[in-house]
Amino acid sequence: MSPDKPMKFEKKDLLDIESLSVKEIELILDTAESLKEISTRPIKKVPTLRGKTIVHFFHEPSTRTRTSFEIAAKRLSADTVSISASNSSIVKGETLIDTARNLQSMNPDAIVLRHNAAGAPHMLARLVQASVINAGDGTHAHPSQTLLDIMTVREKKGHLKGLRVAIIGDIAHSRVARSDTIGFIKMGAEVVLAGPPTMIPKGIEALGASVTYHVREAIKDADVIMMLRIQKERQQAFLFPSEREYAQCYGLNTVTLAGARDDVLIMHPGPINRGVEIAPEVADGPYSVILDQVTNGVAVRMAILYLVIGGQR
Amino acid sequence: MKPTLIKGGHVVDPETGVDGVMDVLVEEGKISAVGHETGTPQAPWEVIDASGKVVTPGLIDIHTHLREPGHEYKETIETGCLAAAHGGFTAICCMPNTEPVNDNQSVTDYILKKAKMAGTVRVYPVGAISQGLHGERLAEYGEMKDAGVKGVSDDGNPVMNAQLMRRALEYAKGFDLVVISHCEDLDLTAKGVMNEGALATRLGLAGIPNAAESVVVARDIALCELTEAPLHIAHVSTEESVRMIRQAKARGALVTAETTPHHFTLTEEAVIHYNTHAKVSPPLRTARDREAVRQGLADGTIDIIASDHAPHSSIEKEVEFDAAANGLIGLETSVPLSLRLVEKGLIGLKDLVAKMSINPARLLRLPHLGLKVGNPADLTILDLDKRFVLDANALKSKSRNTPFDGWRLRGQAAMTMVGGKVVAANS
Repeated sequence: MSPDKPMKFEKKDLLDIESLSVKEIELILDTAESLKEISTRPIKKVPTLRGKTIVHFFHEPSTRTRTSFEIAAKRLSADTVSISASNSSIVKGETLIDTARNLQSMNPDAIVLRHNAAGAPHMLARLVQASVINAGDGTHAHPSQTLLDIMTVREKKGHLKGLRVAIIGDIAHSRVARSDTIGFIKMGAEVVLAGPPTMIPKGIEALGASVTYHVREAIKDADVIMMLRIQKERQQAFLFPSEREYAQCYGLNTVTLAGARDDVLIMHPGPINRGVEIAPEVADGPYSVILDQVTNGVAVRMAILYLVIGGQR
Repeated sequence: MKPTLIKGGHVVDPETGVDGVMDVLVEEGKISAVGHETGTPQAPWEVIDASGKVVTPGLIDIHTHLREPGHEYKETIETGCLAAAHGGFTAICCMPNTEPVNDNQSVTDYILKKAKMAGTVRVYPVGAISQGLHGERLAEYGEMKDAGVKGVSDDGNPVMNAQLMRRALEYAKGFDLVVISHCEDLDLTAKGVMNEGALATRLGLAGIPNAAESVVVARDIALCELTEAPLHIAHVSTEESVRMIRQAKARGALVTAETTPHHFTLTEEAVIHYNTHAKVSPPLRTARDREAVRQGLADGTIDIIASDHAPHSSIEKEVEFDAAANGLIGLETSVPLSLRLVEKGLIGLKDLVAKMSINPARLLRLPHLGLKVGNPADLTILDLDKRFVLDANALKSKSRNTPFDGWRLRGQAAMTMVGGKVVAANS
């Protein structure tokens, strides 16, 4: 952040990575880096968002993202309210639009939405005056996750340009894979996607990534390896035969990792399936920055909230 | 009823081959003369000035959903018929996926009674292929045929059992009923909500591959040839389907096909921004598919244009894209969108009229084709030059789910006449 000419974040909402410019991404990352220190203080609170109200509306289960957003909001002194599908009127049959209109009537400053339908935050953003922050929509986008992933890589590597990022697993059902592909490519990195052909969605190359069905090929020369969670239910959709075979052919273990660079970073958006997509020795090993991602998650979300509702837009 | 003289219109009748400026005289609900100087207008004749306009045999939309009985909040037989009349249609077929399903004589009777009360366009119900649309047992075609159905279809609930489809084709043949197939493999569709491909991947929406349609088109053509029974393929959306139908016709198979204005007008790009009004089954496809569908219309592979008019209320459409119902309304946009094909030079006007009147009438085995003396006076007057901006709120349909709201369109039905009675007039 150049101190003489501070850039403002102009958007009302944060819906996806696609709609962010490189400058906006850099602004969020720079802000996150300067806010990160707050979480290490004995008194982890600044008054920046005092008097602001943030609704955390989680229509789908989440531990990490939800806690991360709530902690971020509280460290900035915002008042927070939390709603989940099971404790809201959704179970009584209220539509998203009606819920949104009712929430808007209580004048929150931001609504952080996690939803199982792609495009739900975009619909909400059109309906409410509050800022909408997408905390993950279906298999579409997860912008705050991507921002924390980029922040973590930039922090460890010092730069992003020219890095090779391998994203491995169920690309088809992953919003993280889509947002990370778009985000890392936007920041000048190269992205290779890998997984069984059943999990590679049609036309993903249009995002600018290359595709391979061989994990070793993806890992070779990679500066970053991002492993994705495999959901057991996908077996019923005939995407893979068993967790055992998946672990053998597409999982990351010490044997496959032997083909990687010495300074590789191992990442995972969580929650991890130990022994399926990632072996415990790798998840807990020296290359893993999985917990740094979580730490940076709080900083990135503080930055998002600060930029979207803190300044004068 | 006073005799009506429709004067000076450009009559286009693919059935009789008439294509020129002439008069049409209507007496006692029937056509009594077509030609030049059919008589000097005299009192008490009604005279309709059709100069500068096109007079065609009544347009027929063989694929609509009128939602009654069961879902009257979306559309009623009365409002659907009114939308049809204003769209230029003198007759429409309504699909059986109502509640209760039209799989028996009493529902068919009810629909026909309501249509008669509405008193505008003719309604030809389509009965169910299987009882309750469950795909398990044949519905009673004999009794439904007596009650007035003109074909059978499990539209919306595709027949997944090939043996049931075979038997339906055979059994329907005994009653001279056409089987109308909504070709879709539901296992391939799975949770898909739009066309599969790069756009669906970018939007994070589950895709429906072209193969979900074409594997069933292939199956049904094979069954059509096996049974030598007529098969009509509804709403063709993919290049592969067009190709297979073309080849089957070349072999002499008894197959016919329809497509919709939205499939030959739009592509999958219409769903960008998660526009639920563009969510439809089969989904809007790529520009390549749209081009193949247009070529299929041009070379006669696709015989019929039908709207697949599918009214839904805001309850079904103002929701998340994944949760939204499939379908859009088409009765009042079918004519202007179809006329764009003529404007683009893809097909001739006479060919277009055939695809919207004579070909549908022939498919339904209707007894009176074209503007012939003695036939019921079902005709449409088209104003090809009428320019307007579509206003969804001004439509006669009870629903508003159209992706064409705000479109600048050209060409509209100026008047619709059924049995000599003017049922709609647009100025």
